Amino acid sequence: MTLTSYLVLAVVLFVIGAATVLVRRNAIIAFMGVELMLNSANLAFVTFARWHGDLSGQVIAFFVMVVAAAEVVVGLAIIVSIFRTRRTASVDDASLLKR
Amino acid sequence: MNAVATAVPAVLQDTGTVSTGETVLFWVIAPLMVIGALGLLFARRAVHAALSVVVVMVGLAFLYTALEAPFLGVAQVVVYTGAVMMLFLFVLMLVGVDASDAFVETLKGQRWIAVLGAAGLLLVLGGVVVQAVLPSAVGLEVANADTNPVGVARLIFSEFVFAFELTGALLITAALGALTLTHRQRLTRHVAQKETADHVMASLAETGRLTPLPAPGVYARHNAADVPALDPSGQPIAASVPRVLRIRGQERGVPDVDVREIVGRPEPSTVEPSAPEPGADEVGGPAGIEGGEQR
Repeated sequence: MTLTSYLVLAVVLFVIGAATVLVRRNAIIAFMGVELMLNSANLAFVTFARWHGDLSGQVIAFFVMVVAAAEVVVGLAIIVSIFRTRRTASVDDASLLKR
Repeated sequence: MNAVATAVPAVLQDTGTVSTGETVLFWVIAPLMVIGALGLLFARRAVHAALSVVVVMVGLAFLYTALEAPFLGVAQVVVYTGAVMMLFLFVLMLVGVDASDAFVETLKGQRWIAVLGAAGLLLVLGGVVVQAVLPSAVGLEVANADTNPVGVARLIFSEFVFAFELTGALLITAALGALTLTHRQRLTRHVAQKETADHVMASLAETGRLTPLPAPGVYARHNAADVPALDPSGQPIAASVPRVLRIRGQERGVPDVDVREIVGRPEPSTVEPSAPEPGADEVGGPAGIEGGEQR
């Protein structure tokens, strides 16, 4: 087995994450899809770091983790505040700008 | 960390292929991860989706360790499964566990378009990955000579030190942002303990009561909420029964309880099952008393 298998796994995870974002209506589940996409990108980074024998890929993956943690904090805070005012966590119901 | 690094047969062979042990590890973990990811996509309940994402995250930690990145493997467990997914579960509990999806399509045919787009993305990315011509894999034996965390730290604190400082600013900003976003403006003035006490004292003449209302049902034999307490002289205290029960007329008197318990009859047909008026009338008396604290 070569390292390509890891890349294929990363691609599969990324696609599933993207499909989750597109299909699911619950804001929290869609958000988890975003996390899945970030993680699959991390897997690709780490795989390429090993492929090229260069640790920079791992450092970038580390930074992605930090940024993802910050993003989760703010995103979940937004979801909570939307839920407080509108009593729903569905992305379909947040359509105030349309009306 | 060294033990982790040596426990996993993570050495690349000269041809750029991985060892047999790593192959087995990959083929055990990768299907589990894909199943977990599909669980996220298809699970009806949000909690199940979150737990299947946890499976994916733990699998990724295993794969990182196999990919000669034990530091990232540990960080993955700590940051993702430990912090991020627990935060997700926390918010899920806050928002309501059964906040499952509405299966109404707002945009017509959106689901099928999404599936088509995902299939196309899979085709394109998979094609790129499989078709790409890359130099043969090098492996991290040289870069990880002083253990992986040391190698990563050297890079972070030399070449990427500015980005590292920026992430510090980013984290602080995110924490402040979360605080401001979830901050709730107080609409009414905060009533402290002293003010409550002062209020009780001020309304003493009106209510005639300083203490909390007595608890209902302090009979030796009976502690149901619909039975009034007895005062020292043996008289029932109406205010000890919850107000709602009194208004509905579901309050039971002393004789009802005593007779039934002693004779041993079953206790259907209470005093006035469907007569809210007498109960409401009864409430009229001690209405002033219960002004302070309602049950």
